[in-house]
Amino acid sequence: MKKQTIRLFVNALLITGLAQTGWAQVGKPFIHDPSTIMECEGKYYTFGTGRGGLISADGWTWDGGGVRPGGGAAPDAVKIGDRYLVAYGATGGGLGGGHNGKILTMWNKTLDPNSPDFAYSEAVVVASSDGLEDNDAIDPGLLLDPNDGRLWCSYGTYFGFIRLVELDPKTGKRVEGNEAINIAIDCEATDLIYYDGWYYLLGTHGTCCDGVNSTYNIVVGRSKKVTGPYLDNMGRDMLEGGGKMVVAAGDRKIGPGHFGWINLGDGVQKMSCHYEADLDQSGRSVLGIRPLLWKKGWPVAGDLFKEGTYEIESERRGYALELAVDFVRMPYARRGFQANNDEPIKALPAQTLEEVEATWPGGNIEVRIGDYMFRPHQRWTITAVPEAGGYLGGPYYKIVIAGTERALTATADAELTTVPVFTGAPEQLWRIDQLIDGTYRIMPKAIPNSTAQYALVSAGDSTPSLAPFDGDSDNCKWNFRAH
Amino acid sequence: MTRKNTIGILAAAIVGLATLGQPTPAHALTPYFTPATNAVKTPDAKGFIQRWMLLEPISKPNRTNTVFTDSYLRAAFDTLYFPDQFTVLPKNGDKVTVGEQELNWHALESTNYNVKLFRFADGLKKNVYGVLFWAVTVVNSPEEVKDVRLSVGSNSASMWWLNGQEALLLSGDRRMVVDDAMSKRLTLKKGRNILRGAVINGPGMSDFCVRFVDAKGKPITNLSITCQ
Repeated sequence: MKKQTIRLFVNALLITGLAQTGWAQVGKPFIHDPSTIMECEGKYYTFGTGRGGLISADGWTWDGGGVRPGGGAAPDAVKIGDRYLVAYGATGGGLGGGHNGKILTMWNKTLDPNSPDFAYSEAVVVASSDGLEDNDAIDPGLLLDPNDGRLWCSYGTYFGFIRLVELDPKTGKRVEGNEAINIAIDCEATDLIYYDGWYYLLGTHGTCCDGVNSTYNIVVGRSKKVTGPYLDNMGRDMLEGGGKMVVAAGDRKIGPGHFGWINLGDGVQKMSCHYEADLDQSGRSVLGIRPLLWKKGWPVAGDLFKEGTYEIESERRGYALELAVDFVRMPYARRGFQANNDEPIKALPAQTLEEVEATWPGGNIEVRIGDYMFRPHQRWTITAVPEAGGYLGGPYYKIVIAGTERALTATADAELTTVPVFTGAPEQLWRIDQLIDGTYRIMPKAIPNSTAQYALVSAGDSTPSLAPFDGDSDNCKWNFRAH
Repeated sequence: MTRKNTIGILAAAIVGLATLGQPTPAHALTPYFTPATNAVKTPDAKGFIQRWMLLEPISKPNRTNTVFTDSYLRAAFDTLYFPDQFTVLPKNGDKVTVGEQELNWHALESTNYNVKLFRFADGLKKNVYGVLFWAVTVVNSPEEVKDVRLSVGSNSASMWWLNGQEALLLSGDRRMVVDDAMSKRLTLKKGRNILRGAVINGPGMSDFCVRFVDAKGKPITNLSITCQ
């Protein structure tokens, strides 16, 4: 009943144009300072401040159940070979307390607490701060360098510097003789990633832990060497407080912090974080998963997909997905170029669904791609179907012709059609992922009688189809235009 | 349009023509087409099919191409203009009667990747506007190939059949664009495959280009194209 009430409320808001709902995770995604999301035996895990963590079977519905001993705060995790290294900080006094902190690491073969192999090794200290030096050893971030296999850990908070130490990827211990180096100031909850020739240092900036009044945001600098210097887009060193914005508050979510990277390959990347407060979830601290875009070598968070009525535009050619129906001309009195321009101007109404729907056949109607004219047969209303589950970063959506229940549907021969009324079958449910270049991949949840994974593609300028996704081809990319 | 404007436009056109390298040939099939021979012919390097049986245009007056909705086209292409129009494999010189028209089939090879029906009609001193063309060819494949798509661009609307089954409809007022429309995934039989098309136009330069592409979207070139 509650879901029904929410659905009615959202529908009412959509009709009035007030709501631009981007669906965040569902379930009980309550966490603070989440680690990088780990995949283990088909499930997703993230650990947070305190003892526990969240588990998800699909990346969309999250619940408690993650187990991480040691307490402390802000863990991170990385997979090395066939096991997981988990790092966390055990600090002296927390906010306003002492600054003598410790970073510890420990191993586990699995993250599934129900597995017989689940057993953490004894945690070892890899870095520390004595309470007086220019560092507070908390908030570790781990990077396994894909270039040379070396393992690095950044840590620290606003008290002094963010530091970098090297760990042994075989033991998780501090490399003998390694000296910590300073790499940034004015942030905490750092993370390191390597992508496309650069090392990136993500830092969380602004005020933590102040609920709906937290100014938390995530910034980035980059370097050609893991040891820095990390410079931002203006050439400022993160040691001077530089940093380019990755994500800040928006869309009723406040205080993003604790960046984690999920590279799914094929041009599909996500970032994880927490929001200090989600206004739609009682202002609680929640897990956030957003698309990650890359703009001229800089990562920036994409927005959650918002329900609404859109043109679905092919990136290949810029034509619009549409029903294969007769084009119905709008009445228009031709006006000579010498006509009187002092005549008053008035707005002409757009063509309405009521004017054309009777000309459409009943039953299934095929789709094609054609010149966009914001006509009824080209306008698609996309709404989440939360009871249908989801994937990393989003729910499944239904895609219907605006004002109708006629739904875009995948067919068993990997083509497309529309059925007169949405039934909720898997082939009528669509996964929408924003790609790193800002365009979108659109995939059916399933094709009848098949386990193959397909995406919406342009087979020709005017012909849509389904085919395996190729992140390097504009045939596989789409834009949603609300216009 | 004022008389001044008309004269101005005519003058510009004359100047434009005068600056072209070659004078435009009037009323000739060359250089756009040559007679088809029995020599082995494959598609060109990009897979375009150039050897066709073409029927002189059926008169189908339309002052505008805005009428080419799906419904109009299905009716236009479903109409039987001459006997066996969906199954015939004509020879060069075969005649059909359509209303008061006596039309001939021509076995031709396009010198371009596209088949410029406007030049076909004009070269035979037939109507170039308000026309419906039928085209048929035989695509011989050394083996069965699954998951191919028929790729068509046409000016203006057109419908295509492979081995008697409707494969593609291009509707609306279109211009010929390579890989504009693709059929669903089809199977090319080992041996002979009959490919038939109908192209309709009001005022415009009737034209089409056709090729087959494989499952990866690459043009299929190891075919031989015959008229029989």
